[in-house]
Parts: sequence; C-alpha cells; structure tokens
Amino acid sequence: MLTRLLSNDLPRSRPLAILLLVLLLGLAFAPFLFPGVKALNVAAKVLIFIVLVASFDLLLGYTGIVSFAHTMFFGIGAYGIAIASTRMGPTWAALGVGLGSALVLSFLLALVIGLFSLRVRAIFFAMITLAVASAFLTLASQLSEFTGGEDGLTFKVPEILQPSYDFMDEPFLGVMLDGRLATYYLLFVLALVLLLTLLRIVNSPFGRVLQAIRENEFRAEAIGYRVVVYRTISSILSALFACMAGAMLALWLRYNGPDTSLSFEIMIDVLLIVVIGGMGTMYGAAIGATLFMIAQSYLQDLLRLGSEATVALPWLSALLSPQRWLLWLGVLFVLSVYYFPTGVVGKLRVRSARRQAERGG
Amino acid sequence: MKNMDFDWKPVALVPLLALLVFPLIGSGSTWLTLTVAGLAMGLIIFVIASGLTLVFGLMDVLNFGHGLFIALGAFVATTVLGSMSDWTQSDELWRNMVAVLPAMLVAMLVAGAVGLAFERFIVKPVYGQHLKQILITMGGMIIGEELIKVVWGPQQIALPLPEAMRGVILIGDAAIEKYRIIAVIVGLLVFGALVWTLNKTKIGLLIRAGVQDREMVESLGYRIRRLFIGVFVMGSALAGLGGVMWGLYQQSVTPQMGAQVNVLIFIVIIIGGLGSTAGALIGALLVGLMANYTGYLAPKVALFSNIALMAGILLWRPQGVYPVANR
Repeated sequence: MLTRLLSNDLPRSRPLAILLLVLLLGLAFAPFLFPGVKALNVAAKVLIFIVLVASFDLLLGYTGIVSFAHTMFFGIGAYGIAIASTRMGPTWAALGVGLGSALVLSFLLALVIGLFSLRVRAIFFAMITLAVASAFLTLASQLSEFTGGEDGLTFKVPEILQPSYDFMDEPFLGVMLDGRLATYYLLFVLALVLLLTLLRIVNSPFGRVLQAIRENEFRAEAIGYRVVVYRTISSILSALFACMAGAMLALWLRYNGPDTSLSFEIMIDVLLIVVIGGMGTMYGAAIGATLFMIAQSYLQDLLRLGSEATVALPWLSALLSPQRWLLWLGVLFVLSVYYFPTGVVGKLRVRSARRQAERGG
Repeated sequence: MKNMDFDWKPVALVPLLALLVFPLIGSGSTWLTLTVAGLAMGLIIFVIASGLTLVFGLMDVLNFGHGLFIALGAFVATTVLGSMSDWTQSDELWRNMVAVLPAMLVAMLVAGAVGLAFERFIVKPVYGQHLKQILITMGGMIIGEELIKVVWGPQQIALPLPEAMRGVILIGDAAIEKYRIIAVIVGLLVFGALVWTLNKTKIGLLIRAGVQDREMVESLGYRIRRLFIGVFVMGSALAGLGGVMWGLYQQSVTPQMGAQVNVLIFIVIIIGGLGSTAGALIGALLVGLMANYTGYLAPKVALFSNIALMAGILLWRPQGVYPVANR
C-alpha cells in the first residue's frame, strides 16, 4: 500500500525516512503544534513551495534542462485566481474558472516556448525562458486595469475559506476552527496529492525516459525516443504544476502582485532549494523547501545580529546587513552546486547505501 | 568569413526592417530620429554581445553572468566621471573626451580583471557541463550584483552626459542626439577593430579556427585554453565598455541593469547564431531598431516585439542567421 502510494520510490535511507515522517506529521498538525499566525504562515508557504520546487525539479533534476520562466507559470496560476475572483466575486465558480484558464494559458505558453527553443538545442531553452519571463513580468505590471499593476490585487475567497467564518463557536484543542484552518488543510491535501502525482510521473516509464535524456541525450535519441517531444512534455507538465502552486499561493494570501509571485528572487529561491534538497529527487524538494523557509525566517535575524555586532568595521557590517541576504544565498548556491550537487537527500542516500554494503559484505 | 559566397540575405534584413516600418511611422523626421537611435542602441548592444558570443563559440561556455560586467563598467564610470567633474562640465568637446576616455579605459580594465577572476573561480571548474555552467554563472551574477550594491549602494545613480555631448543636431526636421552619433562612431570603431583582429591577425585566425573546430586547433599545438582566457577577459572588458556607453545612453545606472541588458543580449546572440560575430552585429542592429520603433508605436509590447522577432528568425533559420559549423 505505502509502496504503491510512493510509486515504489522509497526514501532508501532511515534518517531520510524519519525526516520525511516528521515533516509530514509536522505539517499535518501544524495549526495545533505551532500556534500563532506567523508559524501557520510559514507552514503554508512550505506547502506551496514543496509543490513549486518539486515541479521545477521535474525539469531541472529529472530532464536536465534549466528554465527561468518557472515563476512565470507560478504567477499565471496566482493571477488566474486573483483576476477571476476580483471579476466574478468570491465564489467557487470563480476559483474554477480562474484556475482553468490559468492552466490553459500555461499549457499553451509552455508548448510554444518548448517547441521553439527545444527543437534546436536545450541551451536555447534557458535563454529564451529568461527573455520571455522578463517580458511577462513587465507586461503584468503594465496591464494595470487587468492585473492591478504594481499594487496587485486584493480579493475575497469563498465564504468557507474566509478567516471570519467559524465552523464551531468553541475552540477545539485551543485552536479556533475557522476558514483559515480550512484553507490550510485544503492546501495540505492539494500539496500531498500533487507531490504524490509528481512522484508517480517521475517513476513511470515516461520518467525513466526523461532521466535517460538527462544522462545522455544522444543515446536516448538513438534508441528511438523523440527527445524534443519528451522535453516539451516535461516542460508542459512542470508548468502546469507550477501553475497549481501559484493558485495555492493566491488562495492563501488572498492577494497577488508582481513581487509576490513573479519576481526573479523567487526563481533564485527555487533554484537554491532544488540544489540544497537534491536535484533529481522529489523528496529533496520537500526537505529543501522546509529548510529554506525556516532559514529565511530566522537567518535574516542572525544576519542583523552579525551586522550590529560588527559596526566597528563598516565594510563587514555592510556585507552582513540583512538587505544583503541575497549575497549569502548566492554564495551558498555556488558552493552547493560545486561541492554538494546531490543535496541533502543524495548525501543521506549515499550514506545508507554505503552502510548497507558494509553490512552485507 | 567566407568571402567567396558571403550570405547577404541576413544583412538585407536590417534595411528591410527600417523600410517596412516607415509607412507605420509616417513622418520622415521621426523615422530618421528613431532609426539613428536604434542604430546607436544596436551598436552598443553589439559591443556587449560580441564577447559573449565568441566565448560561447570558442569554448562552448554560456555565461549567464555576462550582465555583471555591464553593470560593473557603468558603476566604475560613475566613480571616474564623478571625480573629474571639472572636465565633464566644460563645454569644450575635447575636454569631455579627456574625461570619458579614461572612464571607458578604467571600466574596461576593471571589468577585464574581474572577468579573469570570474573565469578562474566560476567558469573553469565546470567546463563541458552546460547545466552546471548555467547555474553557476547565474549564481556568480547574483553575487556580483550584491557586491556592487555593497560598494555603490542599491539605489539608482545618475550618470549625466558631459556638457558638449548633450543636445541635438537638427538635420532637416529630424532631431538627432549628439551622443547617439558618438555611440555609433564608438560602436563602429569597436566593430572595425574586432573585424580587423579576427581577419588580419594570427590570434584572430586562431580564434576563428577554434570556433570552427576546437580539437583541430589543439592538435596543431596551440593552447586553446590560453586563447580562451584571453577572449573571455577581452569579452568582459568589452562588456564593461558597453556598460559605460549604455549608462551614458540611459543617463543613469542601477545594479539591476546588467540583468536587464542580459535579456536583450541573449536575444541578439540567438538571432545571430551562437558563436557568430557577424550574426551578433545583425542581431544587435535588428533588436536596437525594433526596440526603438515599437517603443514609439506600441510601448507596452516593446520587449515582446523582440521576442517575436527572434521567433520569426528562428522559424526561418533555426540555428540563427549565421549558423556556426560543427555545433
């Protein structure tokens, strides 16, 4: 049963299995374990980023191509929900229409970009996605009557998901059962289902072909697989999942603007999370997203302390200032690509494989 | 390159584009102003893109951090020009030149030196691995951009044009900014120097041969690695020079400008064919003209028009206008 659910892709490492279990339980009971608005926000962000990063890993880790337009699809999903809810009011139909049209738009865009750039050379893909994504970002902030421009859109969700809606008058286990909680569990179920679906995809025969293309494009083509078709399908799938993650984000924040879903910084965060967690493993996305979100919430405070402690040395203080958080992310990113390319999950798996070999031999 | 049967069709694209939009714009003087502006912008972009496309052609290295050198050059220029305000505020052209030339030279030196370090620490460890190259050079660009913010601050800095380079020249009804003419001259000079180096010197011969067939050049006993480092440093220096010109063109610099220009440059080298210098020139001129025409006709879709241009060219020639052999 469990094996089937995980598509026969078990953690293959005891520490990793324990880590994942803790993560699953922690997220499942987050509202009860970590009371407070900020903690629930972090937990919801973790859920959203798990889906976003896992969908990116399908492209980077499994297919071996780099896209810089992933936040574009993330943004399309978020804008779909936001625009539909603003125009049609807070109904479930609006959510459906918004998500549906966002998915269709993502599909078409990913198809066109894929066919144009992957036809010749995979390296085009990285450059062209970068160009399209930056054009889209400009467009989104310029079409202000439609997208709300730089200010973004604040909108209402269906009543059941609104924070003011109470299921019970009395708190249950010290937590109010309100619409916010309902939204959180909606996200939790969505994230779980989407992650398991992605796991299913990468462990299917289709996923094996993607990995073959990653390892050796020429051989895969020689065996008879149309590389360009597989790569395009992979990029479309990844775009659709990113779009879903965007819809989750909009649902949680009840707001969307260019900076929250389209900005290039999110793209860098996603890249970093994939590398830290481990490219080519869906579990890496889950572990990486959690580590990153916690680090983002607390490392910046640490940097502030460091900056204040080194006021005597102005240049060091400037380097450690929390505004330079991206600098340290960049350094971390470069170092992890060099020395840590398989990420946390890869390291853990290698360690237990070695142990097993020692025990066996 | 091959003088015998030079392919003129892509070259014809540039005047073709200029003529096609003429009826859309209507007024001849506006058209002339926009065309000169487009050519100036195109030549600045070419100065920046030439290094990137050669680096790719020679060593198969795709440098996503190229934009860093643009921003670096521009910021160095603000410091140099800021310290020479006596000379820039003079209204004699030769005094302005004396101020701008060292600014350009220092910017090229700094960008070249940083390029050397970038090649050594960022690019060298990941030769031959495209995926890691893209990731690492992107990381290098983020680090560089943040370091620029540490040194010069995160805000936009004004980079005013020296006195004598401001203002316009009237040709009939068409107003043409003086600086654009200067940019065209500098761009043509760089292009001329590049063509001369590539076609008339031994190093140029080796570079062209290396782009065509790297292994063959190596087997003849030339160290392509050293050649590559030289090209990388020169390309970074040219990007620095282009950054100064771009900064003066916009009259302000921001730390993010490198990333913004990077997008245009990628479009240019894809249009031109990765590794082709002549293609990069044509791509740059097309992109420069297109950006100015659509900026006037339909400002909201300006960036998309360049992507549409690229898509159109890729439909015609999937490898770019001048495909480089053996890739």
